[in-house]
Amino acid sequence: MTGHRSSEAIAAAFADGPAFVPYLAVGDPDYESSQAYVEALAAGGADVIELGLPFSEPIAEGPTIQNAVVRALEAGMTPTRFFEFVADLDVDVPLVCMTYYNLIYQYGDEQGPRPFVERAAEVGISGFVVPDLPAEEAGPLREACDEFGLDLVSIVAPTTGAERLKKLVDVSSGYLYVQARLGVTGASSSVSDQTGESLARLADVDLPKAVGFGISSGEQAATVVEAGADGVIVGSALVDIVAEGHANDEPTEAVADRLETKARELKQGALEGYGRRTPAPEGTSD
Amino acid sequence: MSSEGERSETSDRAGSDATRENGGGGGERVSAGDGKFGRYGGQYVPEALMPAIEELTDAYERYVLNNEDGFVDEFRRRLRDFGGRPTPLQRADRLSERYDTEVYLKREDLLHGGAHKLNNALGQVLLAKYMGKERIIAETGAGQHGTATAMAAAHLGMPCEVYMGERDINRQRPNVFRMKINGSEVTPVTTGRGTLKEAISETMRDWATNVEDTHYVIGSVVGPHPFPQMVRDFQAVISEEAREQVIDQTGGLPDSVVACAGGGSNTMGAFHNFVGDDGVDLLAVEAGGSSLAVDEETGVAPNSASLSTGSEGVLHGARTKLLQDHDGQIVESHSVSSGLDYAGVGPELAHLVDEDRVTPVNVADDAAIEGFHRLSQEEGIIPALETAHAFGYLHEHHDEVGDVTIVNVSGRGDKDLDTAIEETAQRDIPNAPDMSMFEGGLR
Ligand SMILES: Cc1ncc(COP(=O)(O)O)c(C=O)c1O
Repeated sequence: MTGHRSSEAIAAAFADGPAFVPYLAVGDPDYESSQAYVEALAAGGADVIELGLPFSEPIAEGPTIQNAVVRALEAGMTPTRFFEFVADLDVDVPLVCMTYYNLIYQYGDEQGPRPFVERAAEVGISGFVVPDLPAEEAGPLREACDEFGLDLVSIVAPTTGAERLKKLVDVSSGYLYVQARLGVTGASSSVSDQTGESLARLADVDLPKAVGFGISSGEQAATVVEAGADGVIVGSALVDIVAEGHANDEPTEAVADRLETKARELKQGALEGYGRRTPAPEGTSD
Repeated sequence: MSSEGERSETSDRAGSDATRENGGGGGERVSAGDGKFGRYGGQYVPEALMPAIEELTDAYERYVLNNEDGFVDEFRRRLRDFGGRPTPLQRADRLSERYDTEVYLKREDLLHGGAHKLNNALGQVLLAKYMGKERIIAETGAGQHGTATAMAAAHLGMPCEVYMGERDINRQRPNVFRMKINGSEVTPVTTGRGTLKEAISETMRDWATNVEDTHYVIGSVVGPHPFPQMVRDFQAVISEEAREQVIDQTGGLPDSVVACAGGGSNTMGAFHNFVGDDGVDLLAVEAGGSSLAVDEETGVAPNSASLSTGSEGVLHGARTKLLQDHDGQIVESHSVSSGLDYAGVGPELAHLVDEDRVTPVNVADDAAIEGFHRLSQEEGIIPALETAHAFGYLHEHHDEVGDVTIVNVSGRGDKDLDTAIEETAQRDIPNAPDMSMFEGGLR
């Protein structure tokens, strides 16, 4: 059901067991700490890491990530620095770049997504999530991703109906980012019951489904995976840890330790949820 | 005007980019097209919004372009009875004498609410009602769009929430009161510089959260398709009337039409029915602020001149001309007038500029304030500071506008009195009255 081959790195990350997919805004609160934080997530069991390249108008983000973006921009994060950051990272986990289309479009000398994708491939990025790029506008980026063997992860919303879903799946590879509830990013205390419904609608789609928006605890991760998700995406709950550390002037190592602990909790939750799944009838599960 | 006539005019207005289809037996149906204006336009929004945008496109096509259920007739009737249309095209006697050219004023300041914004707000709130939506949200810069939306929502009995940058709330207190008095909630936006750009982002966030029952009344010819085209259609009544009125009064077409451009809704409204008239120059006056240069260090453009100095990019749902840095980060804009203080501009305007059909020009803050005082003194019309830019341009370039020019008076300046007094006091404005009695506090 998808016309595009997934990159080996991302396909492998989802191959056995549920994937834990954390997000951080790159450069928040500064370049060096941010590298330590990403590495801590890898050490804590991340299977794929979404690296947010800060854009000045993050319309899909709630206050937590908006503030992180502001901190990162003020500390001098740019697309060029972002690529250096990725090249410098010492992690063995597939990396997905999450950003808004204007930054992708402007990079390099020619206008269009190709130079950005080429550079991303060079530094070891495996795919993209672009929240302001619906299937209708994804063509040029999809083409560049195919040329360089990268994935384009699409977001599926609770409002996405059957017809749109087909359009989305047509341009997607890697995994589907299943938005657990309407709205913008942000941690919440309960997992939306829209999740189960959304997963049921996606049952026939031949791509891993990672659920995000609002997951903040191991128990929630377990619930989502038990409901059938192939992965959990967690952003704001981790960014909160970075923000708190920054506000209290904590040393980088202390914050990194807490991130690693939180990552373990979330990964553990995902595994437990997987264990709680009632064995699926023949042929409907992966 | 008969409803048949109205219907076909609506269709004609949309004719430049909407397409006609042969509906099965029922005559020609006009479709909304793909929302691309040359290289500009499109639909760059989160997936969560796309179904709502598809629903809106469908409603726009049915009700606005094809007058289903008599939408256009009701819209026109309410524009007349509630809004006060048609607005006059008034000859400005003293300016005409001063500049030795025939200056005509399209008096959108006389529309209910005091600005052209009501044309669009009424159209969209009514459309939301036809669509069965239960809640209205809007963003506002100068507060004019928020006020117009609050009025339209009260008029049509819909609950309404308006997002407004904190800085703009302070610059535009009278409009904040007007919104509240009309029963709308006003929600301050504190991110970024607290101006229109941030308010638009915040309203999009609300929409993404409440999309199922909420309609976002966007305030200008910006945003994802179908907004730029639909808002233009609602505003095109300005040039529809002006074209008839000027022919009536002068026996022919004008040599030029001058309108200020923030997002560009009064601009497109004033231009639309003249776009096909090759002899009519269309001049879009942007806010030149204090300088046309962008300070890359601070990321601030001390202007809002995206048509004159911006480059192509994607913001708030559309590909258009933007004020951005080399990386594609949107820079902060500036204008003495909140309503022009925006880093983007409508995609259709960007396209018409590329096609050499619209000429982008700009006027500095100082000249706009001079224009504000001049129109007030010489014609007895206190213009909005946005509108004052058009008069600043006319003053500096009156020998380039031809023998007959129409200036769109997009709004009245009551909302701007505090700002005008403060900004005047900070400068050496040659035609300013003595305001010293106000020093030390206006409120
Ligand atoms: C009186 C007036 N004119 C012009 C504008 C600029 O908007 P637009 O360019 O969309 O007409 C505004 C915006 O608030 C306004 O209040």
